[in-house]
Amino acid sequence: MAAIIELQGISKHYSRTIIGVDNVSLSVEDGEFVTLLGPSGCGKSTLLRMIGGFEAPTHGKIRLAGQDVTHVPPYRRDVNMVFQDYALFPHMTVGENIAYGLKMLGKGRDEARRMAAEALEMVGLADKIDQRPMQLSGGQRQRVALARAIVRRPKVLLLDEPLSALDARLRDQMRIEMKHLHEKVGITFIMVTHDQEEALTMSDRVVVMEKGRVAQDGRPQDLYDHPASPYVANFIGTTNFLAARRSGAGVATAAGPLQVEEAVDMPDGAEVTVGFRPEKTRILAPGETAANALPARIAEVIYYGLGLRITVELADGAQVHVDTLLPDTLARSDVPRPGTPVTIAVEPHNIFVFPGKVVV
Amino acid sequence: MSGPRSLSTVLILGIPILWVVVFMLLPYGIIVTYSFWVKAYPTFKPAFQFGNYLTLVTDPQYVQVLLRTLKISALVSVLSLLLAYPFAWWLVFRCHNQSLKTWAYMAVIAPLWVSYLLRAYIWKTILGTEGILNSFLMSTGIISEPSSLFLYNQFAMVVTLTYIFIPFMVMPIYTALERIPANLSEASSDLGMAPWQTFLKVTLPLSTPGIAAGFTLTFCLSFGDFIAPFLVGGPDGNLIASVIQSQFGSALNWPLGSALSIVMLVIVLAIVSLSDRIEARANTGAH
Repeated sequence: MAAIIELQGISKHYSRTIIGVDNVSLSVEDGEFVTLLGPSGCGKSTLLRMIGGFEAPTHGKIRLAGQDVTHVPPYRRDVNMVFQDYALFPHMTVGENIAYGLKMLGKGRDEARRMAAEALEMVGLADKIDQRPMQLSGGQRQRVALARAIVRRPKVLLLDEPLSALDARLRDQMRIEMKHLHEKVGITFIMVTHDQEEALTMSDRVVVMEKGRVAQDGRPQDLYDHPASPYVANFIGTTNFLAARRSGAGVATAAGPLQVEEAVDMPDGAEVTVGFRPEKTRILAPGETAANALPARIAEVIYYGLGLRITVELADGAQVHVDTLLPDTLARSDVPRPGTPVTIAVEPHNIFVFPGKVVV
Repeated sequence: MSGPRSLSTVLILGIPILWVVVFMLLPYGIIVTYSFWVKAYPTFKPAFQFGNYLTLVTDPQYVQVLLRTLKISALVSVLSLLLAYPFAWWLVFRCHNQSLKTWAYMAVIAPLWVSYLLRAYIWKTILGTEGILNSFLMSTGIISEPSSLFLYNQFAMVVTLTYIFIPFMVMPIYTALERIPANLSEASSDLGMAPWQTFLKVTLPLSTPGIAAGFTLTFCLSFGDFIAPFLVGGPDGNLIASVIQSQFGSALNWPLGSALSIVMLVIVLAIVSLSDRIEARANTGAH
C-alpha cells in the first residue's frame, strides 16, 4: 500500500521557547485508521491542523498522495476535517450544510442534494435533511459533521476529538459506528484524541505523542504489551512502577528480586524501573507458589462492578494495584479486607524494564 | 398575596410604569393632540382636523426636507457601514495583538465620551474656509485660495454625522462578528471555499443582525439630528428635526411641528420594527 500522508520532519515553533510540534516524521498508508494520542498540549491537535492546512509548519514537509502540500491552503487540499464542536453552519439546513462543499467540486444543485441525502442515509439521519443544526441533539450534529466531511470523498478524513462532546453512552456507540463507517467508505482516517480507550478500540495504528514528539507508534496491542517508555506504559492502561537495580538474570527491587524476560542490556547494578499491569498481577491463593512472588499486605479494595481493584503495600512500603475479575462464587463477605497479608506474583514475561529511575 | 409583598410589587412595577406614562406616553399624547389643532396667531386652538398633515404632504417644502433627511440618513448609514464593517472585521479576525485591539476599539468608542457639540464643532474647524482642510490644500498648492465648498452643504452633513454616529455602527457589528465561532470559517475553507467565498457565505450572513442593528441606530440618530445641520449644514443641509425645532420656536406653529414629529416617529418606528424582524430572522436562522 502507498503512503497517502507523509510528514517529514514537521515542527511548529510558536516562539523560540514555545514549541508545539518537534520534528515529527510519520507516514500514513491509504485506508488506514491512525490515531494521534496524547494529553492536552502534546501537539497532536496542532499536527492535525497542519495536515488540514489550518496552520503552517515552521519546518518540514507534508505530502498528500505524493504531492507537497505544505503551503497549500485548506480549500485546495483534498482532506476534510470533522471539528471538535462540529462547526455546522447555523444559518443553513442540515442538507445545505452537507451540500456546502459539493458546489466547489462542480456538482449541480440537484446532484448535491442527492449526494447529501445519501450521506445522511449513511449516518442514519435521512429524515433530518431540512432541519437546522440547532434542532438536533449532540450525537446527531456529530453525524451531520461526519456526513459533511465524507460526502466530498476526500483522500484523508481528519477527526479532531470527534467524540469528546458526547456523553459516555453515546460515545461508546459512536466509536463502533465510526469504525464501521471507516470500513465502509475506505477513506484514510486520522483522529486526534486524549482518550486511550478510544484510540485502542478504533484505530489500526496509534501514535502516542509527548511534548511535541512521537513517543511510540504502533498497533494498539503492541503499544499495550510493549510500551517503549514509562510514559507510554502509564498513558495507555495503568502500570505499577517499581524502582530496581539490574541483578544477575533479573532485577532486584526493595521488596525482593524479580525475574524478567525482556532483554536488559545494562551492566549489573544499573538503575532501572520495572513496570507491570495491574490485571497481569495476581494475588496467590494460600499455599500457591509462583515465580516472582512478593509478600504484601492489602491496603485498599475498590469495587467497580466488573471486578476489584486491590491496592497492596509491599514490604518496602511501595503500593501496587492488582485488578481481579470478580469470580461469581465470591460472595460480598469474601471481598479481601484491608490489613490481610497476601502474596502477589507477576509472570516474568509481563514485566517491562526501563532504563534509569522514573518519577511517575 | 401578603401585604409587604404586594407593596414591593407595586413599587417595582409602579415606578417604571409611572415613569413611562409621565415622561413618554403623556408627552406623545400631547403631541398627537396638538397635531390636530389649528394655528390661531399668536397661539393655537383645539380642533380635530388633518390640515397639518395635508400641508406636510402637499407643501413641496416639507416633502423636500423629509426626502433630504431620508437621503442624508441613508448616506450616513451606508458610509458608516462601509467604514465600520472592514474595521470591525479586521479587529475581530485579523488583529492578533490584544493591546492593539483594545486601543483600536477604544479609539472608535472614545469620541462618545466627548461632548456631542464639540464633536460636531470639530468639523466646522476642519471644513471651514479658515479650516485645516483648506490650509492643507493651499500649503500643498492644490488650490490657490480657500474654498467654501466643504462647509454648509450636504457633504459636510454626511461627513459630520458619519463621524459622530459611526461608533454605533462599529459596536453592534463587532459584537456580531465576535459571536461567530472561528471554526466556522475554517470549516468553510476546509470544504473548498476561498476566503472571499467564505466571507460571502458564512461571515456576512451571520453578521446581518449586527449590520441591521448598526444601520438602525445610525439611521435613526441621523434622522433626528438638529445640531449638525445647525453647525455645518447651512440652508442646503437643513433636516426635518431642525424644521420641527423652528416650528416650535420662531415659527410658533406647534400644531404643524407636532404633525411633523408624529410623521418622524412613525418612520423611525417602521425602521426599528423592520430591523427587529431582520435580526429575529437571522437569529433563528429562518429563511
